Amino acid sequence: MPTVIVDGREIEIGAHERLNCIEAARRAGTEIPHYCWHPGLSVVASCRMCLVETGSRDAATGKITMVPKLVPGCQTPAKDGTVIVTDSPLVRESRARVEEALLIDHPIDCPICDKAGECLLQDYHFQHGQPQRRADLQPFHSRRRDVGPTVTLFVDRCIMCTRCVRFTREVSGTAELMVTSRGAKEEIDSFPGFPLDNKLAGNVVDLCPVGALGDKDFLYQQRVWFLKREANVCGGCATGCSIVTEHNQDTVYRLKPRENPHVNRWWMCDDGRYGWHHLHDPARVAEVTRRAPGGESAVDWPDVVSRLRADLAAAGGLAVAVSPMLTVEEAWMLATVAREIDPSALLALGPVPHSGTDETYPGGFTIRAEKCPNRRGVEAVLAHFGPGISRWDDLLDHVRSGRAKAVWITAAYPAPWIDAAAAAPFAGVSCLVVQDLFASPLSELDGGGAVRWRLPAVGFAERAGTWVNAGHRAQCFEQAIRPPAGVWPEGRLLWNMLGRRGLYDPAVIRAEIAAAVPALAVLGDDLPATGLDLRILQLAATESATHT
Amino acid sequence: MQPFQPVLLEAVGIPDGHGLASYRSRGGYAPLEHVLRDKKPADVIETVKASGLRGRGGAGFPTGLKWTFLPKDHPGPIYLCVNADESEPGTFNNRILMEDDPHQVLEGIVLSAFATRASTAYIYLRYEYPRSWHRLQGAIDEAYAAGLLGRRILGSDFSLDVHLHRGAAAYICGEETGLIESLEGKRAWPRIKPPFPAIEGLFRKPTVVNNIETMACVAQIFRRGVEWFRSIGVPADPANPRDPGSYGPKLYCLSGHVERPGCYEAPLGITARQLIDHHGGGVWKGRKAKAVIPGGISMGLMTEAELDTPLDFAGPGKVGCLGLGTAAVVVIDDATSIVDVLHNSARFFAHESCGQCTPCREGTSWSLRILERIRAGKGRLADLDLLLEMGNTMGMMPGSTICGLADGAAWPMKNAIKKFRGEFEDYIRRTNPSGWMVTDPVPALQIVGAH
Repeated sequence: MPTVIVDGREIEIGAHERLNCIEAARRAGTEIPHYCWHPGLSVVASCRMCLVETGSRDAATGKITMVPKLVPGCQTPAKDGTVIVTDSPLVRESRARVEEALLIDHPIDCPICDKAGECLLQDYHFQHGQPQRRADLQPFHSRRRDVGPTVTLFVDRCIMCTRCVRFTREVSGTAELMVTSRGAKEEIDSFPGFPLDNKLAGNVVDLCPVGALGDKDFLYQQRVWFLKREANVCGGCATGCSIVTEHNQDTVYRLKPRENPHVNRWWMCDDGRYGWHHLHDPARVAEVTRRAPGGESAVDWPDVVSRLRADLAAAGGLAVAVSPMLTVEEAWMLATVAREIDPSALLALGPVPHSGTDETYPGGFTIRAEKCPNRRGVEAVLAHFGPGISRWDDLLDHVRSGRAKAVWITAAYPAPWIDAAAAAPFAGVSCLVVQDLFASPLSELDGGGAVRWRLPAVGFAERAGTWVNAGHRAQCFEQAIRPPAGVWPEGRLLWNMLGRRGLYDPAVIRAEIAAAVPALAVLGDDLPATGLDLRILQLAATESATHT
Repeated sequence: MQPFQPVLLEAVGIPDGHGLASYRSRGGYAPLEHVLRDKKPADVIETVKASGLRGRGGAGFPTGLKWTFLPKDHPGPIYLCVNADESEPGTFNNRILMEDDPHQVLEGIVLSAFATRASTAYIYLRYEYPRSWHRLQGAIDEAYAAGLLGRRILGSDFSLDVHLHRGAAAYICGEETGLIESLEGKRAWPRIKPPFPAIEGLFRKPTVVNNIETMACVAQIFRRGVEWFRSIGVPADPANPRDPGSYGPKLYCLSGHVERPGCYEAPLGITARQLIDHHGGGVWKGRKAKAVIPGGISMGLMTEAELDTPLDFAGPGKVGCLGLGTAAVVVIDDATSIVDVLHNSARFFAHESCGQCTPCREGTSWSLRILERIRAGKGRLADLDLLLEMGNTMGMMPGSTICGLADGAAWPMKNAIKKFRGEFEDYIRRTNPSGWMVTDPVPALQIVGAH
């Protein structure tokens, strides 16, 4: 195996790995500071922060020959025998000078800058900068201009790493951003009439290592050191981007992509990025209501567990819509509960929202037309319970033909999904349970003499469990925030309806699913943070079969 | 001094010397005919290698050697870029070649393209040279009409198209990879190397970038022979195995405080003093030289005591200058303030820094602002150390930048301060009697600007 020597420590890298010095040093636990380099973008080696001393060790004699000047770690490949020195006086002085240079024209307005606390310029200044300012300049401009509908540019905070420019050229392929002027006067800008307006635009804010690019959605909403971070999965579409939900006191403030080479790499789309606002919509359903001939009444959650079961059982034939917004665990529990109530209950996949067509960007990122995160996971569960996988149309057939007397619809869609006409066929069922984020024509359907339940649902950051994306990748995630006061997530309700004791624990359900469903057997172990392909066992089986 | 018959400048002063007929009458294009008929590209490369021709653009890299870096048996296309973005302050020899003898340049281009198997050549012309533009374009049109360019040149199998591209006035476009980026229609930010242009250059194809004067030299080598070329100049230093020698005639651009500024052709190795006294008629107004720029401002400064330095590729380096550069010799008389000289130099580089690498972008601008403050009577001795530190750490040689622009900005800075420190200190003490010794941060000037 090739060996790289980082500050005297030998580390082995993969035989066919193409690492640069920054990546190789990271393997050795050494962080080489850098601004312009990003693993998802082309190498420009222009910030000069990652300058290191390098050399090579002769394999035969062990003699080390050093390059007589500093080289950028981002541009220099780490090969067998490469020697990387990251802490020599020369390197340290060079970093201090780059930090000093970057701060010459920087407004140093950290107290009013949103980036403070997660700013590389700030962090590196404390780690590598010099204690005293030698520049004799008054740089205290702080010009701001919009570069697009969602992104604003604080011109003087920019350090010209050009990550944003490269992103729009290489990943989104839209090339709205550019560098204007020359030398110390140069600035990032967009061409008049061509603002930064594409569905991946928000990523430039994540890429910005300093406070130059601000997300208008997040700007001045929260200091970053108050934010708590929970690894989540975006529920916006079937891509299922790995994300981090950043929240404080049960309020989401922003979503950021989480690196996942199998799904979204370093990016996420703006639909997903800003797709959390519905969580804090005051119009959300927050109470359980039951309408019956005796009138409408609020029901306490502990009572829901028994009364809901009683109402559904009393009505007779049961049909359940399992929403593709639910987790695998929730779908499993829902199916189990339904079959307990009525062993021949129809289990149908809830409506799968679609919008437009799949959009793939030059950088390989795809926004799916299927606007739900877990169709494949729910289908896997439904296939297990059988017979076959029923669809929404099958459920409507059951309703129209009168076979379904009781209908339980889980929805949890962030956007309106059903109109009055589509809801009309349900008027005749004797017990209708609608579990949704918002009131809809379906949840408000006039009951006449029938029983109508309206149950709150929860949004993506309020859930815990597993989703399976369009690429068969199962990703587990924890709950980031609590739902609005008093609301039980679907998982908790179903857990209690199953008569389980204690708090709802998705891992317990997951283990049961893994034991029962071969297609979901991988869920039995802890999944890596980047998820696991459900087909991995199949693939392994086919592979061993072909080998033997 | 022995009289030297100009070769590269032989057309200067001849009526209509820039025309094809005049060029032919002086023996032009005959060597090309001979080469295309009887020689192979490898022979041409060998001839140029044997001549010891080194690139005239500034770095002095052996031209023939550069051509051999092209990949063997490449399916093509291979491009030849001719650098006519002559923007180094004080340099104007390319301009004279393009205006007065464009066919000499074109013949060199065809020969070089033949040697490198390039089928397309681009001349990247400085925007500020409208006359060169007209003359070159006229010569290209004449050459096409005479079958000297285009398909099957002079009946041979070799075809070449030459495109004249006008830049948009930026110093950085003279850096070879900046030039390539600009030709591709992009912002002229120099590329990181490797890959070098010979492997992946213009439009990601193997590319050779050569200077206009180099092209003219190639034409003369084939007209007058390798022996002639090697008979001129300074042979390689036997004590230094890395010195390829400095052969051939060179166009020196003499300007500044001399009686007769101009472009003079002389053998490589003429000393600065000979050039100034013999060709330039001495320092003007009977004054003495204080400093001389040996080859464009980015090469640094020589003192009057260093004027006997030979101006060959190795000479200026021996007195702490960066090199011969473009051989643009600028004389600064003893009535000039060295503070003003350095300020002017800093102003140029702050204006022309492309802004890609942090140390150059911020360093050139900061050094200018320090010098502006010094000239405004608020200098401090501590500033000199700061400038010197910048001079020593900024550039491709210490590794802190991608291209050599920063080295060019750093060299005059460190040369001026090392060689004229006394004058700087006197100036600061005189103009800032109450604050020259202060080392605390000083308040900034209200109005700062690079123009």
